[in-house]
Amino acid sequence: MEAPIASFVSFFADARRFLPLLLQGAEITILLTAGSLVLSTVLGLFWALARVSQVPGLTQASKAVVNVLRGIPILVQLFYIYFVLPDLGLRLSAFHAGLIGLGIAYSAYQAENFRAGIEAVDPGQIEAAQSLGMTRGLILRRVVLPQAFRIALPPYGNTMIMLLKDSSQASVITVAELTQQGRLIASSTFENTSVFTLVALLYLTMSLPLILLTGRLERRFGRK
Amino acid sequence: MIELEGVEKSFGRARVLHGVSMSVARGEVVCIIGPSGSGKSTLLRCINGLESCDGGVITFEGRRVDSKSPGIREVRTEVGMVFQRFHLFPHRTALENVMEGPLYVKREPRAEAARSARSLLAQVGLAGKEQAFPRELSGGEQQRVAIARSLAMKPKAMLFDEPTSALDPELVGEVLAVMKDLANGGMTMVVVTHEMGFAKEVADRVLFLDGGAILEEGPARRILEAPGEERTRDFLSRVTHPI
Repeated sequence: MEAPIASFVSFFADARRFLPLLLQGAEITILLTAGSLVLSTVLGLFWALARVSQVPGLTQASKAVVNVLRGIPILVQLFYIYFVLPDLGLRLSAFHAGLIGLGIAYSAYQAENFRAGIEAVDPGQIEAAQSLGMTRGLILRRVVLPQAFRIALPPYGNTMIMLLKDSSQASVITVAELTQQGRLIASSTFENTSVFTLVALLYLTMSLPLILLTGRLERRFGRK
Repeated sequence: MIELEGVEKSFGRARVLHGVSMSVARGEVVCIIGPSGSGKSTLLRCINGLESCDGGVITFEGRRVDSKSPGIREVRTEVGMVFQRFHLFPHRTALENVMEGPLYVKREPRAEAARSARSLLAQVGLAGKEQAFPRELSGGEQQRVAIARSLAMKPKAMLFDEPTSALDPELVGEVLAVMKDLANGGMTMVVVTHEMGFAKEVADRVLFLDGGAILEEGPARRILEAPGEERTRDFLSRVTHPI
């Protein structure tokens, strides 16, 4: 057992040694999170609109998709996209498989969040808009969605933080993101303490701006 | 102008309207009174297709009102509706609420829509409140914005669904005054209300609805002062002397 001071000094030495590689991983983590955030938002909005569309079939289909996606672990979905799709003729890079897998998995949570926002809009306002002669599309664009977004924004911030952390699951399909880089370095150097402390600190550093942003959104748009 | 012929409406097994026939002439003010649950609001909501009727025919200026046909939007742009609970768009200012229809449904130029919205807000006594959000306004002010919002579509007729029922008593007068101005200006109006004073003073005709059917109708004074039916007398005495 080293003395505390000595281990402190060696941690900084390790940090200097490992940070360049870990920062490369962090960069992939950020790209992966941003990409799957965009995909999950677009898909989630689509599921939510399909759910409230009142078009026969579409509502049920969207409900089924969301339930299937929520009911399967993200890890399994990633395995499916990375290992099973190639058998069906669709070969994706690990990064793309991770981005698409996380995006699809998270679209279910986004959909539920958006739907809650849409359904929180007072139906009386929709009738008022109808009585002005507005079309369904116009009502959605001018009355429902602007209010739904305000309601959905604070939980959306939360989803971003969860997605950032869950992007670490892409390490199991060999995406060279932060967790994967950490694991590779740790297994070749056995400096487990230093490496995983650095990994944890890097995740925290990336989360903090999102946590602050979420807090601001909640104060700005939260229920009054 | 507005014709109803044998209108039927059920919600599940509850028959709300059975065989209501009525007509409203251009420039006429008709008040619909009656006990709660008598189908007053449903009747009004059928006229602009917010509810679809199960039987009978409703026409507006000769055009069939059918909530499922695309033509319903044209009817709705010509028939304004004011709700009990205002239903203003809370994320938009008073001015934006009034501009919404002209700007996006009628595609008027923004400057023109803003100009007429300002003059409408002034007409309902809300000059200076253009930039206020609905939550910053009193109930009476919100309802007057809602009236201005409907008027901005330049409707040929206005429907009012208990427009003062959600207001504190001291705010009722300001809304009724705006409605009276409208009536004096020749607007065709159908008003579901419990304000018997307003009905007596402003309405040309009063309909007493009971159990989903028109029990009695006639000139406002006759119905309100000398009703022919026992049920009408009973209802009026309970409204005017609640205790």
